[in-house]
Amino acid sequence: MSTETVKGKVYVENRQLVLPGELLAEGDVQAQSPYIYKVEDKYYSAIIGLASVEDNKLNIIPLEGFYLPKVGDLVIGLIIDVGITNWIVDIRAPYRAIMNASDALNRQFNPIQDDLRKYFDVGDYVLAKISLFDRVHNPVLTIKDRGLGKIVHGRIVEIQVSKVPRVIGKKRTMINMLMNETGCDIVVAQNGRIWINCSNKELEDILILALKKIEAEAHTTGLTDRTRNFIREEKARRGL
Amino acid sequence: MGKKADIKLIREDGLRHDGRKPDELRPIKMEVGVLNNANGSALVEFGKTKVLAAVYGPRELHPRHMSLPDRAVIRCRYHMAPFSTEERKSPAPSRREIELSKVIREALEPVIFSELYPRATIDIFIEVLQADGGTRTTGITAASLALADAGIPIRDLVAGVAVGKVDGVLVLDIDQVEDEFGEADMPVAMMPTLGKITLLQLNGVLTPEEFKEALRLAEKGIKEIYKLQREALRKRYVEVSLEE
Repeated sequence: MSTETVKGKVYVENRQLVLPGELLAEGDVQAQSPYIYKVEDKYYSAIIGLASVEDNKLNIIPLEGFYLPKVGDLVIGLIIDVGITNWIVDIRAPYRAIMNASDALNRQFNPIQDDLRKYFDVGDYVLAKISLFDRVHNPVLTIKDRGLGKIVHGRIVEIQVSKVPRVIGKKRTMINMLMNETGCDIVVAQNGRIWINCSNKELEDILILALKKIEAEAHTTGLTDRTRNFIREEKARRGL
Repeated sequence: MGKKADIKLIREDGLRHDGRKPDELRPIKMEVGVLNNANGSALVEFGKTKVLAAVYGPRELHPRHMSLPDRAVIRCRYHMAPFSTEERKSPAPSRREIELSKVIREALEPVIFSELYPRATIDIFIEVLQADGGTRTTGITAASLALADAGIPIRDLVAGVAVGKVDGVLVLDIDQVEDEFGEADMPVAMMPTLGKITLLQLNGVLTPEEFKEALRLAEKGIKEIYKLQREALRKRYVEVSLEE
């Protein structure tokens, strides 16, 4: 089963299911995932995932997991606390994010006069970008960019973070298909929250079902076509 | 419970009191992802021993001052349900449970890449639902499955089993009766791929030769358990793709 390359030996095939502790390769290969670790000259998997092998480049796409913030990521946060100069935001990560008032209001503000609850209150969703995050600091959010800010209409759907790449698809094929078939606006945030904006309730329901279907069957092949058929069937059934 | 004289731990035909061969495991069942509210979970049964494990995290640690700047804190609670034993066990954590929580935590710590999540915590809950010997090793086996299910990076799955000496014979995967009336009890947990031992305890007396043999026996059992663990993890994905 091993593929012998010039430099190293790869023991797994492309899209093979790998488990923690599984031997992936030996010798001179390029491991491009934080979930691959090396002991002497052997490479092992640290999580449950699908292997991706390309020449001697090795990667693992996680099948389980949680959101780990990265600077520049688009996230949908839920305000969980309002401070004097900032908001505390849940972004489904191991760390709570902070959004500073000076960054969000885009103008001078006086903590004595301004009440931050006027702008964002507990329970509000916010579309934001991560501007700062490292090992020492909690993630800091910013809404200073086009299209970012408070979410006031539509719905939020939560899916597992490991399934986010599948909802987007290779070269955005999946998400484009979903938008074309349902006519809804979809914003997929990296932290597994999806903002959908539909013209009517039926389409919204179909889209949510389709998203849940993608989440459940993320590790299978031919999913885009199956989801397209699913949406068409549902639309026909509901007379749309 | 009877006295030692009542129970023949090794029968005349060389089999154990429950009909197993000396190097035979109890029937093992494993299921992953049994709890909805935990990030990862597993239910493992070694014969009549039933253990549920749940993993939460990495998540924020409260109180904050307990957090570490360079890695995640791993917290572990081993607990026996009041209904898990023949006589009701008080639900308050006993001295034994507190010690076992520490021992199990130390058996799992070396596999977790905790340095990836500074200032956070990973919480492991091990709940013994039914106890019939070997609960700590069953707990470790379940907890490592739960960790993998939660998507927490680990070096390898950890599998554990207890070896004992009863009536002068080394036996694999001892149960309650053999533990109570046997001469020695040695729980072992390992990372099988890397061949590293993460837990090794010994209660009783073994000669150096017996100890080596016992360790060899444990390793053999652990390899079998490891296979079952991998199957249990794999099964979830195969099942979903067959549903179509």
